[in-house]
Parts: sequence; C-alpha cells; structure tokens
Amino acid sequence: MISQFFILSSKGDPLIYKDFRGDSGGRDVAELFYRKLTGLPGDESPVVMVTSGGKRHHDGRHFIHIRHSSLYLVVTTSENVSPFSLLELLSRLATLLGDYCGSLGEGTISRNVALVYELLDEVLDYGYVQTTSTEMLRNFIQTEAVVSKPFSLFDLSSVGLFGAETQQSKVAPSSAASRPVLSSRSDQSQKNEVFLDVVERLSVLIASNGSLLKVDVQGEIRLKSFLPSGSEMRIGLTEEFCVGKSELRGYGPGIRVDEVSFHSSVNLDEFESHRILRLQPPQGELTVMRYQLSDDLPSPLPFRLFPSVQWDRGSGRLQVYLKLRCDLPSKSQALNVRLHLPLPRGVVSLSQELSSPEQKAELADGALRWDLPQVQGGSQLSGLFQMDVPGPPGPPSHGLSTSASPLGLGPASLSFELPRHTCSGLQVRFLRLAFRPCGNANPHKWVRHLSHSDAYVIRI
Amino acid sequence: MPYLGSEDVVKELKKALCNPHIQADRLRYRNVIQRVIRMSKLDQWGQAEVLNFLLRYQPRSEEELFDILNLLDSFLKSSSPGVVMGATKLFLILAKKFPHVQTDVLVRVKGPLLAACSSESRELCFVALCHVRQILHSLPGHFSSHYKKFFCSYSEPHYIKLQKVEVLCELVNDENVQQVLEELRGYCTDVSADFAQAAIFAIGGIARTYTDQCVQILTELLGLRQEHITTVVVQTFRDLVWLCPQCTEAVCQALPGCEENIQDSEGKQALIWLLGVHGERIPNAPYVLEDFVENVKSETFPAVKMELLTALLRLFLSRPAECQDMLGRLLYYCIEEEKDMAVRDRGLFYYRLLLVGIDEVKRILCSPKSDPTLGLLEDPAERPVNSWASDFNTLVPVYGKAHWATISKCQGAERCGPELPKTSSFAASGPLIPEENKERVQELPDSGALMLVPNRQLTADYFEKTWLSLKVAHQQVLPWRGEFQPDTLQMALQVVNIQTIAMSRAGSRPWKAYLSAQDDTGCLFLTELLLEPGNSEMQISVKQNEARTEMLNSFISVLETVIGTIEEIKS
Repeated sequence: MISQFFILSSKGDPLIYKDFRGDSGGRDVAELFYRKLTGLPGDESPVVMVTSGGKRHHDGRHFIHIRHSSLYLVVTTSENVSPFSLLELLSRLATLLGDYCGSLGEGTISRNVALVYELLDEVLDYGYVQTTSTEMLRNFIQTEAVVSKPFSLFDLSSVGLFGAETQQSKVAPSSAASRPVLSSRSDQSQKNEVFLDVVERLSVLIASNGSLLKVDVQGEIRLKSFLPSGSEMRIGLTEEFCVGKSELRGYGPGIRVDEVSFHSSVNLDEFESHRILRLQPPQGELTVMRYQLSDDLPSPLPFRLFPSVQWDRGSGRLQVYLKLRCDLPSKSQALNVRLHLPLPRGVVSLSQELSSPEQKAELADGALRWDLPQVQGGSQLSGLFQMDVPGPPGPPSHGLSTSASPLGLGPASLSFELPRHTCSGLQVRFLRLAFRPCGNANPHKWVRHLSHSDAYVIRI
Repeated sequence: MPYLGSEDVVKELKKALCNPHIQADRLRYRNVIQRVIRMSKLDQWGQAEVLNFLLRYQPRSEEELFDILNLLDSFLKSSSPGVVMGATKLFLILAKKFPHVQTDVLVRVKGPLLAACSSESRELCFVALCHVRQILHSLPGHFSSHYKKFFCSYSEPHYIKLQKVEVLCELVNDENVQQVLEELRGYCTDVSADFAQAAIFAIGGIARTYTDQCVQILTELLGLRQEHITTVVVQTFRDLVWLCPQCTEAVCQALPGCEENIQDSEGKQALIWLLGVHGERIPNAPYVLEDFVENVKSETFPAVKMELLTALLRLFLSRPAECQDMLGRLLYYCIEEEKDMAVRDRGLFYYRLLLVGIDEVKRILCSPKSDPTLGLLEDPAERPVNSWASDFNTLVPVYGKAHWATISKCQGAERCGPELPKTSSFAASGPLIPEENKERVQELPDSGALMLVPNRQLTADYFEKTWLSLKVAHQQVLPWRGEFQPDTLQMALQVVNIQTIAMSRAGSRPWKAYLSAQDDTGCLFLTELLLEPGNSEMQISVKQNEARTEMLNSFISVLETVIGTIEEIKS
C-alpha cells in the first residue's frame, strides 16, 4: 500500500508532501528520492527505485514515480505491489489534479496547495484508494481553484490544444481547455463547453530502399467536458469505420483499425449499427476510445524522404542531398516539421543549400537538424548539405569508394504535427448533446483532429 | 468515510473471500465471486484489489477452477492495465496445472501488453517491457511476430531503449533475424555510448545462434575505429570464440589493428586473452603483445598485467622463437619491479612453472580453447511459467530477479529479528502457564525430546486433505466444564507452537477446533477438539503423518497441559 505521496518540481523542490501511514521517515524522503534519481547510473531505470543502506527506517522503501509536465509525482511503498496499478493511479492523479487546478504545472500546484491536499485526503485513505472519480469527489471538495489568468473568450491570439473549427468562424483560444472543471459555483456563463480530440500517434520505419517496414498508429479520442455531469452525448464516428481484419462495411475502402477499447462508461448499443458512441461523461478529462492500427494504412504516408549520399573517403567530404516530399492532400499541411539526421563522429563544418528561406538547418549534438516550420501538402522540398568528416583516413584499400555511406550516418527521423488530419481516416461525424441548458445558449462544442509523429524513421 | 462507493463493497468482499467457511463451501464461494463480477459499482482500484484477494483461494476441483476462470474472463478485457494484469496473474496461478490454459491466457494478454509497451506514458511502457521479458523467458517465440513494436525511437529515454534491445535479443528467430540485426546495427552507432555498447552486446548474444551474420556486422563495426565500440566488440568476440568455436577464423582475421583503439581495462584484457589463446592464427600477435610488454610500466590496471602474463606464456608455447625474449623481460619486470602482489605472485608462479619443464607448462596451460556447453549453462532452458507466475504484476520483474533477491535479503534480515524468539522451544516462553504447572511443562522436552516449530505455510486446504487421508492415531477425553474463551485457548496453543487452523465461534454447540503442529523432524500432528452439547468433557482426536508413538505421547501431554491450564484459569 502507499506510504507516502509527493510532488517534486523539476529541480527537486518538494511542492506537495503527504504521509498516509506514518510508517516511514519524514519529509527528507523526498530529498532522498531526488538524490537517488539524479545519482542513478545511466543503465538503470528510474521508474522504480529502492532505498538501501543509509538510514535504517528508509530501508526497503520503493519509490515509483511518473514524470508529468516536468513534475515528478512519486509514491513510496514498502510492499511488493502491482506496478501497473500504481502507475495507473499516478497518471489518474495527474489528470485529476489537472481537472481541478486547470492545468498541471509547478505554478498551478503551488497556487493550489490547499486544494491538492484536500483532494489527496479524499482520494487516498491510509494508503488505500477510495475513489478517483471526479463526479464522486466534487461533492466533497470545498476549496476553489486559484487560476492565474481569468479566462476570456476574446483571447484569440493563438490556436493550440483543444482548439478547432466546428463552424468556420469560431476558434477556441489555446487556453480554453486549461481551466478548472469546477470553476464556478458563482459564475455560470462560461460553463457549457465540450472539447473532443481525435489524436493519433504515428510510428513508421522505412528501409533504405524505400520499402515500408513498419507502420503503427496509436489513436485516442479524448474528451474534456465542462458540462454538468449526467448530460448525455452522442459521438458519431465515420460510418465506414470497422474493427479487425475480416469486417468490411459499406462500399469502397473502409476505415479499418486492428483493436479498439472503450472507456467503461461508453454505451455501445448504437455502435454496431450506426457507429455511434453514447456516453454520459463526468466532468473533466476522459479517454473515450483507444485504437491501434498497424501495417495497413488507407492513405499514403505523409512524408517520403529521398536521400542521396556521396562520400569521398579520401578527402573526408560528405555530401547529403535530401528531398522531402509531402504526400498529404494539397489542402492540408504539416507543422513544425523537423528532420534529425545523426552524422558520423567528428563532423565539423556544414554548408547548406535549402529550397526555401524559412527553413533552417544546423549541427547539434553530432546530428543535423533541419527545421521546416510549415510544409504544404503535395509540395516537395530539398536540402543539400556538405560536411567535412575528419578523423583517421580509412584503410587505403577502401580509398576510392565514393558512393557507400559512412557508418554512423542516419537513420533520419522526422517529427511533425498534422492538424486536421488522421492517418487512419477516422473522423468524428457529429457530436450531439441531449442536454438543453435552461435558458442558456447552446453549449460550445469543439472537435479537433490531429496526428503527430511518435517515431518516423527513415533508414539511409 | 461513508460516501465511498467501492470501499464498503471491497471490504465486504474481502471479508467474504478470506472467510474459511465460505472458502470451504463451493457454492457460497462461487456466489461471492459472482457478486464480484456483477459489481458494476466497483471501480478499477476495487477490482484490482479483489482480484488480488482471490489469489488466496485454492479451487478444489477442476470443474470449480474452470468455473471461476469463466466467471472472471471479462476482467482480461478491461481497459485498465492494472486490472488486466491482476486478472492474468490470477489465471496463471489458478491454472498452474494446466499449461495450455496458461499459454492461452498469455496469448490473450499480448494485446494489452503490447498496447502498454507503446503507451504514451514512458513509465508504464517500461513496466510492460519488463513483463514482456518475463514472458519471453518461458515462451521465447511469444512476441516474435511483433518484433517491430520493440524497435527504439531516438526520442525515447535510455532505460526504455535498453529494455527494448534486451527484448529484441530474446525474441529473435529465423524469420526476423535479418530485420532485427539491421535495426540493432543502427543502434551501434548511437550518440550515447552506453546504448551503443548495449546494442553490440545484444548482437553478441544473438551471435550464439546466428553466428555468421553477427560476426560480419561486428567486424564492420571495428572499421569505425571508435574506442567505445572497439572495446565492446572485442569483448563480445572473446565470449563468442569461447562459446562458438566455429567463428574463430573470422574473429582472428578481424583482430589486427584493434589494439590502437582500445584504452580501457576490460577491452585490453579481452584482446590480450584472444591474442594469447589464438595467437598461432594471428600473424602479428607477438608484436602486439610486445607493445603491451614495452608499456607495462605505465599500465595502470593489475588485471591487464595478469592477463598479459598468461597470454604471453600461452603464446610462447605455440610460437617460442618470437616470444622468448619478451617473456623473459616481462617475467623480470613482474618479479623485480612490480608492486602489486597478485601480479608478482603470478609472475613467480609462472617462473617456477617454467623451471619445472616445458611439458608441465603445456599440461597446465593448454586447456581447451572453447567450450560450447557453457552457453547452455549461461542461459538456462525455458523456465516454466509457474516459476514466475507469482511474481507477475509485482515489482519483481521490474527490478529483475537478481536485484530483487538482494533487496529482499536485506529486508528479510531485518524482519527476522523480532521473529526469532518464536522458533525457540516452547518451554522458554510460557508466560501464560501458571507457576504450579511449570515443572510439568519443563519436564516435557526430556521425554522424547519433542520440539514443536511454527509452520505458517500450512493452509486450511492442505490440512483438510491430510486430515481426510489419515487415520486417528489417538483419542482421548478430558474433563471440561462450562464456558470458556476460545481466544484464550488459541493464544495458549500459539505459545507452544500449536497452530489453530479453524475454530467454531464461542458458545456454539457443538464446538469444534482444528489444530496443527509440526515438530523439528517434520512430523505433523493434526488435532480435532470437540465439545458435544450437554457433555462435560472434551474429546481430542489426534492424527499423525508418521507413526511414532513416542512423539505422539509427548505431543498429547503438551496438549493436555495447555488445556488443563486453561481449565484451571477459568475455574
């Protein structure tokens, strides 16, 4: 069972400390944890650590932690418990704290210390979990969250997380979703909003001859609701959506995924016939559905890279020509594209010729970094990089091999975001609320689709 | 806290699941389990906890076992990894006599585990990887078709990459070896030296099965002339040559030139060993060793010097003309100038050995140059699932078995402290026994030298089985009047290391109690106490798993003493 819980800032300052059982040392445990974490040898994992030696009453205490938005959330226990459950609990706590404080971060936590302690008191009792449901807890939490900046709908400067267009003109500001769930007994006006995100993580491995070795899509439908709980909503997915290899629906190519799991509160009565998910979400964040798809993408990959490498071993000159083609539909675009290409050791100089001015390339940590802030679908970009690779001249027998690439070059990896695009093709058709607020205007519904790269690796 | 939906439920279920009466009654137990399943109010934490409690139960029959498994099946599909793993563990343990059921469960848990392995939460991913490795120990082919899921991406933290490399190394088979090796080769040139070295060691591990391909990759890596790579490659070669003699030729051809890129102790030792043992196949071996001999004064590691002595002497046996001179110089240095005693002793030893004669040296130093059987020793054959089923979904796989053993040893040493007095003989600890009986009690150890020891492993289930299989060895009736507190009796019995397995509630008629005790030779005494309503006597039946009358008599007299004492206290 859990003996202690604490939150440390990224620099190791304890922000929250709570002892549930009183069976272990005092607050210095937090310090001990941080010292152990920073002093850990490179090949050991920090996820689970045990104290030994040192002071006697700390002996055999296991630290289990997660890192969440640059905070350390740590529990200690002296029993041989299930690591899966503990990690799940920690990430659930992170979500809960995020729900109640608006967002999770050093600033919000230190502004809301009283609230966090109150929450912890209710969630855990003597080291045992009582409940983690937002719904249940909201009856017992009295403290109001302190928000640094009052939320304003007119703050439209930037578009970020949980922002999207359901109607063409309306865009939610980036901070819209980061406010406490229970903001207001007092102010009712800004409550009725619901954010729905379809987020996909794409990992791809392409062999040096251009053949596809691995495609893997991990998708999630995430919901953040500020509606009064108990209000029912229906989420309509693409009708061609099908699960598993055998099932095929409709005409034409279906939208297929390999495996799906739903949150336990989702009602699947209409899923078979109409691909509609019905649920009564509690306030706060919730992962409605998770799905995986591997090996068989319906749409072409977003990027292809055509590298050509010339290496003159004798003079140590390395020339890399990279051509990047974006195969998205021409209306879409990719943002924050970054190509990372490890180079042989000791590369000193770099000269570059890039196809457009907003691109940037530089050497960092023994690798080439090529930044492309925005890539339009269907476009093709190129960069020519010349480097000098010093070091011992190769054995004379290989002196004239000009084409083979040197060891230590590659593989290239790309990172990017694709707004309004899902690689699996899954779309949310509609989001309907059964709930009618008394007298108030319709609740705002924000639906967003997003794909981003997890590992997009191209061998050279 | 009255509001907590699941807490009361969990408490109630826990009580029911641990109650021996309910456990003894199949139907009632099944009802409890069915209630567990219908418990929609139970959240995931409650579910995980209840699953953990179910572990304590031993089904009596095959039918009951499969009944339970069927009832709990839905938990394997839960969306919470904690619940899925809890259910998996329960299944593995309950089905310990049915390997096909276990395999089936492991197939079903594959999906959730793989999903956790590619989860966004790195910590969860790490723990899942540790469990994947655990499963691979028993079922090496289990994840082979999913090998691509274990490819590393450059943004992952170090500890996950290392785990993934280990997993890749273990799931390799004929179909994926090409792809896996290609991937691993990419890691060998990683910016992080630690990770690169781990990848090279992994290739070395795969080389035991797929020698040719791996040796080729390793040889190519030598061409990079990077210190941290060369040293690890040479160490891998050393282990490989020892286990797979067929690759000796290729290794010997790759070695020349390595010495320029090795600075650390481990790498030097490996290179020197290779040059010594296989020197007759490497043309320039003596000259490389000569360089080491030249620089022996500035050599900082004693282990390297020891290795050098042995290697040079070995090489001297196969190529005496080239080595004689420098062997002399090295021996002179080691004996006359070396400050490290171990090196000096080694030098002296070889010197004296040489004095005895070259045949004797040959006899002692020319041991076999490889031993393929050692490979089998190093990685023991597939371990049965049952050997780790109880560790599944705990911290053990996360720490690794070896590390866990050291951790629990430390803790064990601490915990044992206060428990020690309990194992001492009962005569020393009898505060409950009044003065007047002391003499009688103290006499007992002499009569037959009965020594009861506590045995906590004995379960109600096992007790019942044994009880039914044995015949009554002794029956006796003791006088007994009126009411008493069973707790007092239980405590008194505990003092003399007689364990109470089950007992009726106070005041119930007939009143029964089942006791068990074990002496230091392993002989079991199972006892039933019976108070019939209306009778003023207590019936004692004792069963014994080895027929030894002497021990039986002393056990009965102990029992008599305790019961007599209670009787006296009461009256």
